[in-house]
Amino acid sequence: MSDSGAKSGPEPSERTTIGITFGNSNSSIAYLVDDKPEVIANEDGDRQIPTILSYVDGEEYYGQQAKNFLVRNPQNTVAYFRDFLGKEFKAIDPTHNHASSHPQESGETVSFTIKDKAGEEEAASTLAVSEVATRYLRRLVSAATEYLGKKVTSAVITIPTNFNDKQKAALVAAAAAADLEVLQLISEPVAAVLAYDARPEAKIEDKVIVVAELGGTRSDVAVVASRGGMYTVLATVHDYEFAGVALDKVLMDHFAKDFMKKNSGAADPRENARNLAKLRLEAEATKRALSLGANASFSVESLADGIDFASTINRLRYETIARAVFEGLNRLVESAVKKAGLDVLDVDEVILSGGTSHTPRIAANLGNIFPQKTRILAPATDVTAINPSELQARGAALQASLIQDYEAEDIDQSTHAAVTTVPHVANAIGVISLNEAGEEVFVPVVQPETAVPARRTVHVSAPNGGDVLIKVVEGNTHIKVTKPEPKVKEDESKAAKVEDADDSDEDDSDFSDEEEEEEKREKVWKIGSTLAEAALKGVKKGGKVEVSITVGSDLSVIVTAREVGGKGGVRGTLTSA
Amino acid sequence: MEATVIPLPLPALPEGWEAENNFKAIGKITQEGATQRTLEPVGPYFLAHARRARHKRTFSEDDRIQAQERAKKVEDNDEGEISEPEDAMMLQRDAKDWKSQDHYKVLGLSKYRHKATEEQIKRAHRKKVLKHHPDKKAAAGRADDDNFFKCIQKATEVLLDPTKRRQFDSVDEEADVEPPTKKQLVKGNFYKLWSHVFKSEARFSKEHPVPTFGDDKSTKEDVENFYNFWYNFDSWRSFEYLDEDVPDDNENRDQKRHMERKNANARKKKKAEDNTRLRKLLDDCSAGDERIKRFRQEASAAKNKKRFEREAAEKQAAEDARLKKEAEEKAAKEAEEKAKTDREANKKAKDAAKNAVKKNKRVLRGSIKDANYFAEGDASAATIDSVLGDVELVQANIDPDEIAALAAKLNGLTVAGEIKGVWKEEVERLVAAGKLKEGEGKSLVA
Ligand SMILES: Nc1ncnc2c1ncn2[C@@H]1O[C@H](COP(=O)(O)OP(=O)(O)OP(=O)(O)O)[C@@H](O)[C@H]1O
Ligand SMILES: [Mg+2]
Repeated sequence: MSDSGAKSGPEPSERTTIGITFGNSNSSIAYLVDDKPEVIANEDGDRQIPTILSYVDGEEYYGQQAKNFLVRNPQNTVAYFRDFLGKEFKAIDPTHNHASSHPQESGETVSFTIKDKAGEEEAASTLAVSEVATRYLRRLVSAATEYLGKKVTSAVITIPTNFNDKQKAALVAAAAAADLEVLQLISEPVAAVLAYDARPEAKIEDKVIVVAELGGTRSDVAVVASRGGMYTVLATVHDYEFAGVALDKVLMDHFAKDFMKKNSGAADPRENARNLAKLRLEAEATKRALSLGANASFSVESLADGIDFASTINRLRYETIARAVFEGLNRLVESAVKKAGLDVLDVDEVILSGGTSHTPRIAANLGNIFPQKTRILAPATDVTAINPSELQARGAALQASLIQDYEAEDIDQSTHAAVTTVPHVANAIGVISLNEAGEEVFVPVVQPETAVPARRTVHVSAPNGGDVLIKVVEGNTHIKVTKPEPKVKEDESKAAKVEDADDSDEDDSDFSDEEEEEEKREKVWKIGSTLAEAALKGVKKGGKVEVSITVGSDLSVIVTAREVGGKGGVRGTLTSA
Repeated sequence: MEATVIPLPLPALPEGWEAENNFKAIGKITQEGATQRTLEPVGPYFLAHARRARHKRTFSEDDRIQAQERAKKVEDNDEGEISEPEDAMMLQRDAKDWKSQDHYKVLGLSKYRHKATEEQIKRAHRKKVLKHHPDKKAAAGRADDDNFFKCIQKATEVLLDPTKRRQFDSVDEEADVEPPTKKQLVKGNFYKLWSHVFKSEARFSKEHPVPTFGDDKSTKEDVENFYNFWYNFDSWRSFEYLDEDVPDDNENRDQKRHMERKNANARKKKKAEDNTRLRKLLDDCSAGDERIKRFRQEASAAKNKKRFEREAAEKQAAEDARLKKEAEEKAAKEAEEKAKTDREANKKAKDAAKNAVKKNKRVLRGSIKDANYFAEGDASAATIDSVLGDVELVQANIDPDEIAALAAKLNGLTVAGEIKGVWKEEVERLVAAGKLKEGEGKSLVA
């Protein structure tokens, strides 16, 4: 994109393009094989490649190998740096860098000091974060190049929705320095949606999608209106408390205590940096294993004081001790829906993306928040779900293949605000039908938050034939709440029990109380103001009427109606206000 | 996109619906009915849109900026917003005393307190981390002092855990609003002052919405609602935050039990005290609440008014009944009197008629006698008898009016021939009318 000022990319015909997701924790590269996106394994066989560089004796390691060096070589290992691109030192959160090279202030930017050259006498280098990113991207590109057998020149890279212009520019510049042309930066949640929509069996529908991007150091949730295959982000929330490392921490604390209990007198492994690093690595591995099995083992050689430690944990126990994090994620997702001005009943799909989305409990919990009909696309809740760790890279690869033949200038023109910023209708537009009771009901044709121009068509039945009325109206939803019959409270007996009990189990009784009273909530369409009426005469018995509504970019409306399979019909226009 | 199929039928065209080309334009989508938003420039459908939108046209930097300004912002600005000076005392706090720290103040959320949203807490935390992370201080060459950072972490841990946050909010005195003093109340502002108190107390309510205190314009119903709600207040406030630490080792089991029991009792006691406190608050407030007095007065005035009205109505009803009864009695009496006079008049008339008949009959008989029974000379007894017999016959066959008419004709006549002529005429009339048979009354005709 032209934001970068780096425009001297290769000719479209010379390009080899890939999709890249570049996370704080992990990165992936993907490529289109026979129109199907595939995430590429690097030379270590990893598809989720840790975003880490490590230098040992002047040798550069990246990915899983570099991650393993967090135990023995933390000061020459750089991890969790992506979010520092394009930021000043005072604006960065160094929390996750505590167990590796620490970020420092260096002018307008952030840098790391590491020994990246061989030889005792060599001085340590100070690497700007952009340089670290460039070196890391170079490794990704070379892995892809090696795999594809031709030099990768260009990529689409995913970024969080809250990346600002400076961060974007810094990322594009870092890629350019790695000899990689950035065709486009696309937002992570939209890449995930595209990955699903590009499946051959996918149908293009108007729907509201919540994308929960659950990574290692951050959780981002976006509410996306998907309208005729075009995507509009309605709201986002970002969270840096409830993510993968918080779950690691829960397990680290659990096993550290377990260790100390079983080895009385032994030191707390969390108090020594090296032991802590071992604890962390193994806790993460155990956590991943718990996504698949009902039990997982934990074993570390010489966890503290030279004592080897092996233990196991079952999933139930894990879900209990991690409950605060899981509930935090629930609240986060709910807050995003609320921020979009929607209700959980408005949401058609929830896409879980990012490594932490493998966790079965998280998917199950979200299933409980949303109504039955909402699809929760995660491995634990839907067998057709795509691997959540691969969604972003796949989406990026798809987009890359769509635009690889565009001139850079064309991409720039097509993606800028003059094209992307368009009016979206606030209300639904639809027709009036009769329900079983013969009452008038609103049937949406154009959904709210549809970008214009837009055209939608419906086939409405006319079982009795004859002359029918096509009444075009605006519509709105509201949530109808039916309260349950108030139950007689068993307060007294309960209160007596609490008083008897020595230990506090009030919490539990509160909990069950909440579950008892469930109110019924449903989404109901309300008929709004009338836009137009049209008559279609002489419809065959058992016929169908095709109504199509076209909203122009100036908000004018064209209504057409004709009998399906018939000739003629009605057509009328409403001018814009 | 494919057409969606809708099984619900279209309504029939109403009778008399008429429009040119069968189409009536009625409304339009207004500018307010649309929001400028930014499409994600991703996917095949967007690229098709872009192709159509550009249509061989390139957009200038100005177009771009203008369009961007119009678009509704989805991302909020991460920087700014929450800022509050950090006082030196606070920065020197020992993280070990975390129980007594003001978690909101540590995160710079003093003015939000229990009202702070989860998002605000997270942002505040992040802001503090950016500033106070020990690695940043170390980078700036300062001693690695992570004490305040630990305070920040503790504050966040408490405030982001709904259970722990409630426990802390339960005892967050900074959020309390003291009830107004007499002195304050003297200056007026009764409603405003108590409003603040109850708004602050409302944070403990399990039920929502909590009725507000209102003002002097509140209706009786609202005020009653308010006090009902608050006298039955269902509070989640609890006091475990003030528990004394329970030893965490296995050795001191008895002591642990003891501490736990002590804590449980302390909580219960504090909870009871809190209930009493709230009750007293309500008693004090309602005692000074002019609205209650006013409603009471109004109620009693209304009650009196009702009684008056009821009594007046009763009186009126009694009076009406009495008048009605009198009227009825009078009417009955009058009717009776009228009947009586009518009866008497009737009798008189009858008597008069009878007398008239008698008198007339006397005239009739007298005329015969005056006419000497139509005999020459002295009339024989037989003649007299037969003539009087026929007179009787005639009389018997005519009604009183005819008797009177006949008498009138005879009255004053003295000449026998004239008298006889009258009788003859009468008999002949009667015979003609068939009231007498031919031959009857012949003594009067001869
Ligand atoms: N199977 C699994 N089950 C549970 N957690 C997993 C699994 N696989 C990966 N994770 C966790 O997912 C997190 C990494 O997520 P992801 O690969 O999406 O990273 P990212 O987007 O780079 O993260 P960040 O939020 O730091 O930018 C890690 O915490 C990792 O432990
Ligand atoms: Mg991520």
